[in-house]
Amino acid sequence: MAAEVMLMNEIEATAAQMGIDLNIDFSSIQLPPGENCGIISDDEDVYHDDQLELDSGFGNVIVVDNLPVVPREKFEKLEGVIRKIYSQIGMIKEDGLWMPVDPETKKTLGYCFIEYNTPQEAELAKEKTHGYKLDRAHIFAVNMFDDFDKYMKVPDEWAPPEIKPYTPGENLQKWLADEKARDQFVIRAGTDTEVLWNDARQSKTELVYKRAYWTESFVQWSPMGTYLATVHRQGAAVWGGANTFNRLMRYAHPQVKLIDFSPGEKYLVTYSSHEPSNPRDANRVVINIFDVRTGKVMRDFKGSADEFAIGGAGGVAGVSWPVFRWGGGKEDKYFAKLGKNMISVYETETFSLIDKKSLKVENVVDFSWSPTDPIIALFVPELGGGNQPARVSLVQIPGKEELRQKNLFSISDCKMYWQSNGEYLAVKADRYTKTKKSTYTGFELFRIKERDIPIEVLELDNKNDKIIAFAWEPKGHRFAVIHGDNPRPDISFYSMRSTHNLGRVSKLATLKGKQANALFWSPGGRFIVLAGLKGFNGQLEFFNVDELETMATAEHFMATDVEWDPTGRYVATSVTSVHEMENGFNIWSFNGKLLYRILKDHFFQFLWRPRPPSFLTPEKEEEIAKNLKKYSKKYEAEDQDVSMLLSEQDREKRRMLKEEWERWVGEWRRAHEEEQFERQMLRDGEASDEEEEYEAKEVEVEEVLDVSEEVISFEE
Amino acid sequence: MRPILMKGHERPLTFLKYNRDGDLLFSCAKDHTPTVWFADNGERLGTYRGHNGAVWTCDVSRDSMRLLTGSADQTVKLWNVQTGTQLYTFNFGSPARSVEFAIGDKLAVITTDPFMDLTSAIHVKRIAKDQTEQTEESLLVIKGPQGRINRAVWGPLNRTIISAGEDAVIRIWDSETGKLLRESDKESGHKKTITSLTKAADGSHLLTGSLDKSAKLWDTRTLTLIKTYGTERPVNAVAMSPLLDHVVLGGGQDASAVTTTDHRAGKFEAKFYDKILQEEIGGVKGHFGPINALAFNPDGKSFSSGGEDGYVRLHHFDPDYFNIKI
Repeated sequence: MAAEVMLMNEIEATAAQMGIDLNIDFSSIQLPPGENCGIISDDEDVYHDDQLELDSGFGNVIVVDNLPVVPREKFEKLEGVIRKIYSQIGMIKEDGLWMPVDPETKKTLGYCFIEYNTPQEAELAKEKTHGYKLDRAHIFAVNMFDDFDKYMKVPDEWAPPEIKPYTPGENLQKWLADEKARDQFVIRAGTDTEVLWNDARQSKTELVYKRAYWTESFVQWSPMGTYLATVHRQGAAVWGGANTFNRLMRYAHPQVKLIDFSPGEKYLVTYSSHEPSNPRDANRVVINIFDVRTGKVMRDFKGSADEFAIGGAGGVAGVSWPVFRWGGGKEDKYFAKLGKNMISVYETETFSLIDKKSLKVENVVDFSWSPTDPIIALFVPELGGGNQPARVSLVQIPGKEELRQKNLFSISDCKMYWQSNGEYLAVKADRYTKTKKSTYTGFELFRIKERDIPIEVLELDNKNDKIIAFAWEPKGHRFAVIHGDNPRPDISFYSMRSTHNLGRVSKLATLKGKQANALFWSPGGRFIVLAGLKGFNGQLEFFNVDELETMATAEHFMATDVEWDPTGRYVATSVTSVHEMENGFNIWSFNGKLLYRILKDHFFQFLWRPRPPSFLTPEKEEEIAKNLKKYSKKYEAEDQDVSMLLSEQDREKRRMLKEEWERWVGEWRRAHEEEQFERQMLRDGEASDEEEEYEAKEVEVEEVLDVSEEVISFEE
Repeated sequence: MRPILMKGHERPLTFLKYNRDGDLLFSCAKDHTPTVWFADNGERLGTYRGHNGAVWTCDVSRDSMRLLTGSADQTVKLWNVQTGTQLYTFNFGSPARSVEFAIGDKLAVITTDPFMDLTSAIHVKRIAKDQTEQTEESLLVIKGPQGRINRAVWGPLNRTIISAGEDAVIRIWDSETGKLLRESDKESGHKKTITSLTKAADGSHLLTGSLDKSAKLWDTRTLTLIKTYGTERPVNAVAMSPLLDHVVLGGGQDASAVTTTDHRAGKFEAKFYDKILQEEIGGVKGHFGPINALAFNPDGKSFSSGGEDGYVRLHHFDPDYFNIKI
């Protein structure tokens, strides 16, 4: 302990000497009270990292080289120029500019050191002025002081890297081989994060792993379920393993706010936004792209928030997340970012722009990738007061050739919805009416996989209806729309095929007056949950689209979230801490039977662990679907066994409880009878113990209320 | 089971009590007048006028002759049940929260709230047989627990006093010396304020309800935890059927939040649980606002609930109720 104290003092003293703001808020480092809950390693890192920073401690110092060499009389002038250039970028510390002078010639040496208040400013200065031309002969070469150290340490002679013996990793996908074919999910409630099995047969959960203070803001599964990502002040981490959750890799990124995996989970994008030292400046954004397995930074992007906030809805910070959208299916080949009048498409082989330049599109405001193919759909709004129509175009990557384009007139807004197999694209277009006072909505449906990509226009029966929600059937050809202005809107189902013509859209059905505002298709298609969240207080309707019939209606009062498990067998509805009461989650069968219900105060998150796509061929899948009876027999028998066992266990448990209780009551009664006499004495001898054998007796009491005499005259 | 709605109070109900014969029901409310009703048809029989503050609690003697009421006006009054006349007034420096007659009706235990610079306290008073001999003097005053003591009852043979309150701990005191004998286990016990405590008909076990959204069943002598009943909302009132192995829990969200949320949100139901299996059997809805008081008729064939809404609802069970099998 004493050693530690010593260490702290030393650090502080050193820091004071060097005039460095320690800038560590120790009180903000939260340890669970009383113990470290096994996460000591993280916190050790905190101290460790900070110490590292102090050891060199020059993260906010830059070195500017290639300055003119001047004699003493010009020294002050040169210093003035440099100070002017560099104080525009950030606050130079007092005495933070030092230009060494050769003691013999009294001339400057052609370089100087500049110390800023923060490492961010230093970095910015390096970026902005590296290559700055003072005049033809003097082009600044700016480096971080720390980098010098790093380069100095490079050994002069090359030594072959040490080859580490191969250690086989854990099977990170073991959960898929669960004997009972169950699925996992993660929940966060209070300070605890838990991964649980959904044991629907027994109507309960089974704990896989639980940890308090596992994450500092949220958790997230990778898209194929291999990793669970946690977010901390120092960066992000991923966890996984065969039987438990071990930390597999860490990604250092101070104050990371948001994370995003590439669809094939090869890369992890992390994002943070930092307050500028000058309040008038925009926040500084740092984005890192890590290789998930090696933990290496593949590419980083730094800049002001404005550069990353083009198009999109824009959150509080002005940046719409994810900034980089991944395309090209699970191969993680491309990622793209919306820029001003351009879309920057990068490829992951070199992490640079395709053809070294962005895709130029004037005024582009939105784009989205096909979920399976390297095709970008982009939207350009109307320009010049309607002289130049809005358009949607499909662009092939990496060739950048336009596959299809559609001009749209009098458009107010536009949204793009891809079907999960990338076969169809629906563009929801809000158009102005002639008077421009109101809007109505239509759909442009693209058939991507057909020759020439035919487009069909679809309008609702009542085209003035407002569209509340739209959703494609996963892997299917149908979609559902909630529309209408009533408090109880209608829901319509459409198919991209008609009975006679595979190339025509047809309406399947309209359900009138539903209390729903959100659509949740089963991942296997066919079934859909029509949910009334928020204003509808958690109405749920489980609907079979094949038969067009309602399977069940139910309510999870105040439900905020609905999520299907990745196999489409179960549905989880949850009430998160946006509400004060009723926090917790319900698990339903696909046909709307409530299986179990768990209440947890301060409930934040419920996430099913995703599954990677199936390895079965479509033919095999079809064969299984056809001969489902044959395959399901085994599982039905298992189900029955489990339910038999369960009821047996249940009976046994109840019998035990009853017996225990009887025993306890018997014991009590003996003691109670022993005391009978004393109790009687307390009551002045009244025999009083038949109080337990109370018996209601009906007693008839006749009460004379009034007697009156009346003389009745007797007449004959 | 169609309840009988008894509208007699103008303010939220606080406490309900049946007499031993189960023909009378006494109700206390934040208006100042405790009321007595026919427990069969809900007809109002009379009121006891004289308190000058919310009435928190009452107890009736075994022979149904005398009624003891505790009030926020810092008094506990003894009444003639039949005539409604005040027999005696005990004065305290702070509001009286709970009262109970001892076995034999010669003693009464009274708890008072912390108020100004007074701490909460448990008082034992002698109740004289002859009214003229009644005195103010306390036989015993117990102080110690932090915060309000919401209820104190007599243990077996009047030898102990069992108390529970805001500090979430149940304590057994020696009723002669005032010595602390036992405390409930902190680990397994309640985590928040205990709002209610009721004894089984034979005094063998206790049921406590707490704002930690649970009710717990305890052994009266050893204070060992026997059962826990989990629920979805804070518990304000608990009752046990003398006939079947059922417990009833009532509660709901804070009265202040009632108007701002959907009536379903607070779930103002009286929930029935199987006492032994700890499983929920069913619920009785009806009150608007949380339930503050519950009481079972000693014959086990009816129960009544009192709500923040000012109503007492008297429920006679359907014949089906007595055949519930789970």
